[in-house]
Order: sequence, then C-alpha cells, then structure tokens
Amino acid sequence: MLVMNIEKFSFTYPGAEAPSLKNITLPIEKNKITSLIGPSGCGKSTLLRSMNRIHDLYPGNTYDGKINLLNETTGEYDNILAIKKENDFIQLRQKVGMIFQKPTPFPMSIFDNVAYGLKIDGIKNKSELSDRVEAALKGSALWNEVSDRLGKSAMGLSGGQQQRLCIARAVAVKPEVLLFDEPTSALDPISTAAIEELIVELRNDISIAIVTHNMQQASRISDYTAFMYLGDLIEFDKTENIFLNPKEQQTEDYITGRFG
Amino acid sequence: MEKLFQKISFSSATLVFIILLGIFITLFDAARPAINEFGLHFIVDPAWNKEVPITTPQADSIKKVSDSSEVVNPDDYSDDDGMIMEDEDDTPTKTIYGGLVPLVGTIFSTLIALAFAMPIAMGIAIFLAEIAPKNISSFVGGAIELLAAIPSIIFGMWGLYYFAPIVADLFGGFQVSLLTAGLVLGVMILPFMAAITRDSMNTTPDILKESAYALGATKFEVIKDVIFPYSKVGIIGSIILSLGRALGETMAVAFLIGSIFELPHKITDPTISIPVALANNFGEASGLGMSSLFYLALILFVMSFAVISFAKFFFLRKAD
Repeated sequence: MLVMNIEKFSFTYPGAEAPSLKNITLPIEKNKITSLIGPSGCGKSTLLRSMNRIHDLYPGNTYDGKINLLNETTGEYDNILAIKKENDFIQLRQKVGMIFQKPTPFPMSIFDNVAYGLKIDGIKNKSELSDRVEAALKGSALWNEVSDRLGKSAMGLSGGQQQRLCIARAVAVKPEVLLFDEPTSALDPISTAAIEELIVELRNDISIAIVTHNMQQASRISDYTAFMYLGDLIEFDKTENIFLNPKEQQTEDYITGRFG
Repeated sequence: MEKLFQKISFSSATLVFIILLGIFITLFDAARPAINEFGLHFIVDPAWNKEVPITTPQADSIKKVSDSSEVVNPDDYSDDDGMIMEDEDDTPTKTIYGGLVPLVGTIFSTLIALAFAMPIAMGIAIFLAEIAPKNISSFVGGAIELLAAIPSIIFGMWGLYYFAPIVADLFGGFQVSLLTAGLVLGVMILPFMAAITRDSMNTTPDILKESAYALGATKFEVIKDVIFPYSKVGIIGSIILSLGRALGETMAVAFLIGSIFELPHKITDPTISIPVALANNFGEASGLGMSSLFYLALILFVMSFAVISFAKFFFLRKAD
C-alpha cells in the first residue's frame, strides 16, 4: 500500500529557467523506508522538501503534476499540491514530519522541545504531555540518557543526542510520514549507527523517506531506493535490485563509484 | 617591518584606553572641588545655583535648606538678586549646587524613550526580518537607516514645532516637557534599535525556523518560540546600546525638555537633563558652578560607561 504517490511531478525554483525536477513519478510505500540517492544537485532534497511543502516558506515556486498523500481516515488520496490555506499546511506538516541535515534543537528545555509540537497543536493537559514526551523519548532511544535532566537546556546535549531529540520531537506529534534530509551528515559514525537503528525501528509505525549521500546507508536501512540524476528519476526499485542488479547504466556507474 | 607594523597597530589600540582614562581623569580633576564640597549628597540635592546662609556650614544645614525645595528658576533671576541682597544684609551666603534635577530628567526622559521605542522597534524588526517580502524589506530597511542618519538637531526642531503641540493637546500640560523630550528621543533611538534587533533576528538559522514550521507551527509561533529566544541576547544588547545613546543625547532634548532646574511632578512638566544642563550653562559658569557641571559630566560618563560595558560584556559578547 502506498502512503504517498508522486505523479509526473515537476518543480521550478523562483527565477530559475529550467525546472529542478522533471516529471518525477515515485511511489512511497507505507511502513517502508524509501531512500533517495544521487550526486549533489540531482534534486533529491528538492523532492523531499516538496513532500511537506516546506518550500512554500519561500514564495514563488512552480509546481506541476501531483503529490498524493493517503488520508488515513477516508482511505483516499489528497493532492497536497492543491493546498493553499495556512491551516491545511499546518495539518499537512503534522502528518508529514521532517528531520534536517543538522540537529535543530530549539532554545528551550529538553522536555519543552519534545512537547513543542503537541503544545502548538493545542494539547494543554500536563499528564498527557508528559506521557507523550516520555513515549516519544523512549521511542527515540533517548529516554535513559535524558530522563534525569528533562528541564535542562537541549543545547547541552551532544550532536547525536540532539538529532535523536529532533526525531523524538517529530515522532511525538504522531506523523504518518517522516522525511529525513541527510540526517546523519553532521554526525560521527557511532551516532550515525544509533540514528540508523532508530530509523529502522520507526518503520513499524511511520513511513519513511530519506535523502542520503551515503550509499552504504541507503543499502543498509532502506527497502526501496530511487536514484536521481540532474532532476530526473533514473531508476526506482527494491534496494537490493538497485545495488546488486541495476537496470540503468547511470545507476550502475554511480553505485560503483565511477562518478558522483 | 613586521615589528614596526605590530607596534603601530598596538599603540593605536592602546590609544583608545589612554583617551578613555584621560577623559575620566580630566573630569574627575575638574569636578574635585564640587565633590569635596557636596560629596555624594550632590546626587540627591534638587537645589541648583541656590544661595544659602552659611551660619553653620555643615552637611545638616545644607540638607535642611535643600529639603525646602525652593528652587531657583532662571526666569526669576532678578527676584533672586533681590533676595541675595537681603540675605547679604543678614548673614554671609554661599551658593550650593545639587544634581538631582538633571539626573532625574536624564533618567526619566531615557525611560520614556525606551518605553515608547521598544514595542515599535520590535514590530519593525519582526516585519523586516520575517514578514515583509525581500524587496519591501530592503526598501524599508534602507529608509530606517536613513532615519538613523538624521542629525539630532533636526529632530529637535521638528519636535518643537510639530510634535510638541500635538503632545500638549493629547496629554495636557506644557509643550516642552519631559514627555515631549522622551517621545522625540524615542523616535531618535527607534531606527537604531530596530536595525540591530532585525540583524540579530536574521541570525536565526533557516533550518531552525524550518524545523518549527515542519512541526506545524504558524509564523507567529515561530517568531515567539524560536526566533525571539534565539536572538534574545542580541535584542537585549540593542536595547541597552540605545539606552546609552539616549542618555547622552543633547541637542534634541535641549529643544524640548524646557531647560529649567525644577523637579517634575508630572511627566508633562518641563525639567532639564544632564547634557542639556552642561550645554546651556558651561559658557557662563565659573568656580564651584563650573566644578559642579564637571561633577554632572562625570556622573553622566560613569552612567553611560556602565550601561555600555554592561551590554558589551554580558550580552553582545555571547551574541557572536
């Protein structure tokens, strides 16, 4: 079953002559991990940032085609490119969360960081907040490290802990999809391993799309892999097929390290 | 060559400290007669240029006279002359000086300016940093920098001829008053404060704002919960720097505060500030009067210095 279905999607940045993404068609399977790989400038981050319309914080982008998102209650698909009202954007971003290249803890306590998404969603009940914060921190394998200092500033955590805190913060609002934009590019190998393990565990509840520069990471954790090049989707398949038996010459050249 | 260059740049840097120290020593030296005469009582004494009999020239008697709050008004100078003559018939007199009136005028005009400028400056900064489209933001930003470049005497003239009647209509009282001076001072520090606040809000990383938006935050929530806490240090720094500027402003305030040595009972009363007292009286002053002006200048110097160094060491350093 698909949680998202991108159909003939094109994207142009404001002022750019040529589109950065051309006619992309890509399914995102529910409760699977889909990784987007490709050399710098291939458009994989641009595609990811279209999937929760975070692009729209900066006006003037041109969209074409469809990005359909599964509506869990009705079982139908809504085209998120049709969204215009701020309220609908907020709902979209609560359903489709995002984790960035660098850890982005807010300048507040650890507890308040995780509770932030819940508070702005209108949850005020103290015990519900602390239950969901605890659950999110446990789900992000951070609870044991921070349970004794929830009131302390999140800025005091290590880089890897901060990134897991950001994942906890995103998980706390119970999204259907989580988008990871090179989540481990600023982290050391041990923190990277912890994040990868966490992403694989999250798959049980959340569908995941991850952009990565690291092909080993894509092959280790993802179920499906899409290879992009210069704004085109070159090949999409199960991860083992992409890495062991690619159909396209360009894919093979990239994963064997001949360019990129 | 290398050595020479190092020495030149080192001595240029040292020069700053020498000048700073030199100014302090000069002020202190010139103020010494007044400091010896009045001590710290100067700060709480509202009498300025007041003749008192020297029957018992002790601190107690000076205090008594000063508490009677009979203050010399420049307009009534002829009357005072008469009084002095009468006094001279009875007992020998001396002139006392107290700094309370200009000190109060300086502090209150600055506080009014801050109270007026702060909310507006925050509004401008938020608009420029977060809400306005790029072209409007740079246009308005440029206009604000131009506003900061207007010489203060022009603010004084504009304030006196245009703004003061409006203030008097709205709040009653005198056209030249603490309130008028404070408000125009507020307009003057506004662009400065708005520009620094905007700059520190702009240092918030995009990725941090995006993370908040990605959780479903609205623009208002992002500003309140992410941008403000993140740039808090720079914003407080901008307020304190503006405060330092307002403390020392002379020309605009001289036009608007009324320039009389009288404690204001309401904010619509005219009074005087330290820089205005210095500018108005320096030409004719001599002896103890001159020394008292230097004492006032020393107080202003220490106040501004304290405020600015407080901002530098506690706020702006961390903002980097």
